[in-house]
Amino acid sequence: MGIFSFFRSKPKGSAATAKERLQVLIAHQHADSDGPDYLPLLKQDILNVIKKYVDIGEEQVLVQLDSQDDCDVLELNITLPEDGERSSAVDAKALRDNDDDGPQSSKNRQSRAERTRSRQTRKSQASARSQAKQKA
Amino acid sequence: MLNIGSDSLTKTIVVTSGKGGVGKTTTSASVATGLALKGFKTVVIDFDVGLRNLDLIMGCERRVVYDLVNLVNQESSLHQTLIKDKRVENLYILPASQTRDKDALTIEGIARVMHKLKKSQFDYIVCDSPAGIEKGAKMALYFADEAIITTNPEVSSVRDSDRILGILQSESKRAKMNEEPVKEHLLITRYNPGRVREGQMLSVDDIVDLLAIPLLGIIPESSSVLDSSNAGKPVILVPESEAGQAYSDAIDRLMGEDRPHRFMETRKKGLLARLFG
Repeated sequence: MGIFSFFRSKPKGSAATAKERLQVLIAHQHADSDGPDYLPLLKQDILNVIKKYVDIGEEQVLVQLDSQDDCDVLELNITLPEDGERSSAVDAKALRDNDDDGPQSSKNRQSRAERTRSRQTRKSQASARSQAKQKA
Repeated sequence: MLNIGSDSLTKTIVVTSGKGGVGKTTTSASVATGLALKGFKTVVIDFDVGLRNLDLIMGCERRVVYDLVNLVNQESSLHQTLIKDKRVENLYILPASQTRDKDALTIEGIARVMHKLKKSQFDYIVCDSPAGIEKGAKMALYFADEAIITTNPEVSSVRDSDRILGILQSESKRAKMNEEPVKEHLLITRYNPGRVREGQMLSVDDIVDLLAIPLLGIIPESSSVLDSSNAGKPVILVPESEAGQAYSDAIDRLMGEDRPHRFMETRKKGLLARLFG
């Protein structure tokens, strides 16, 4: 810190930016590694569908699988680009076994609601870490 | 030879980070020394085969005769390979090989070494992991009961720490055998409270928030860390050093004691120092 920076107003810290970027990144990292093998493919399909209507990039779609009690919840978080009056985020929750989405879902048709029971056990998730969730 | 079945009393701690240069070896050296100072029979193993450095930080580089790869290949005995520290009772160093590569290690080979160490009544085995997430790093964490995740307040280090946590939770022996998960500890190194206050550096709270694991300690950025590695002396043996004191606190916390976190604030600078500092 020299004589000039003493008189300059304090700059907005870059640490806040670092934290924001990391929150998004780590959420993605967990989504990629914790989920079943088809999750990346499912994510790609969803992205392709949305791309038909809106111009969005890969990092604007977050697909995440959470366990709550005895049901698994697939959380879709899609950030739409700002354009005028449109609200900036759509938070859509879909079910992991919904038979319209996902390449491997044909075996299970009972579920159409936002949350239903799914008995598939997840791979040894010893993790007690809380997952950093990032909403747009 | 007397063989008392006290295997399960030995605790294995891996010091890991994913990213290189964050202070894993410095931390391994000080943690192992700190545990030995508490009276525990402790060995610190350098898993960085091909790029050994722990011997330098511990100041025993001229006493290396045999190394981990010799031991794994049964070319030397445990007694021949372990280097006894000259300053601290109960402290031993198991150096890495300088001439071989990481493929020289196998899980079976390391398992044999671990078994021998347990039979020799070691209380703690500290594993100094190499950087990266490849074979060497995975070997180092495989047998861990506890893990010290060394993290700098910096984006790439935090991201890599998160990655290595994922690997601990899926590829350690405990994860694979469906045992109780590896106990995770966050150790933040090279912390600069002044830059945190200026908003230029991620704070302790930020990092704890992001990684969501319990905080073991905060090691302030300190010139004594470089001084002590220059001298081949673990910084925990320098009582006047803030970093050394912070490591001592971390060891106490590892033992379950309650110690407030220090060195999170800067001393107030005078006007002159602020103008010309």
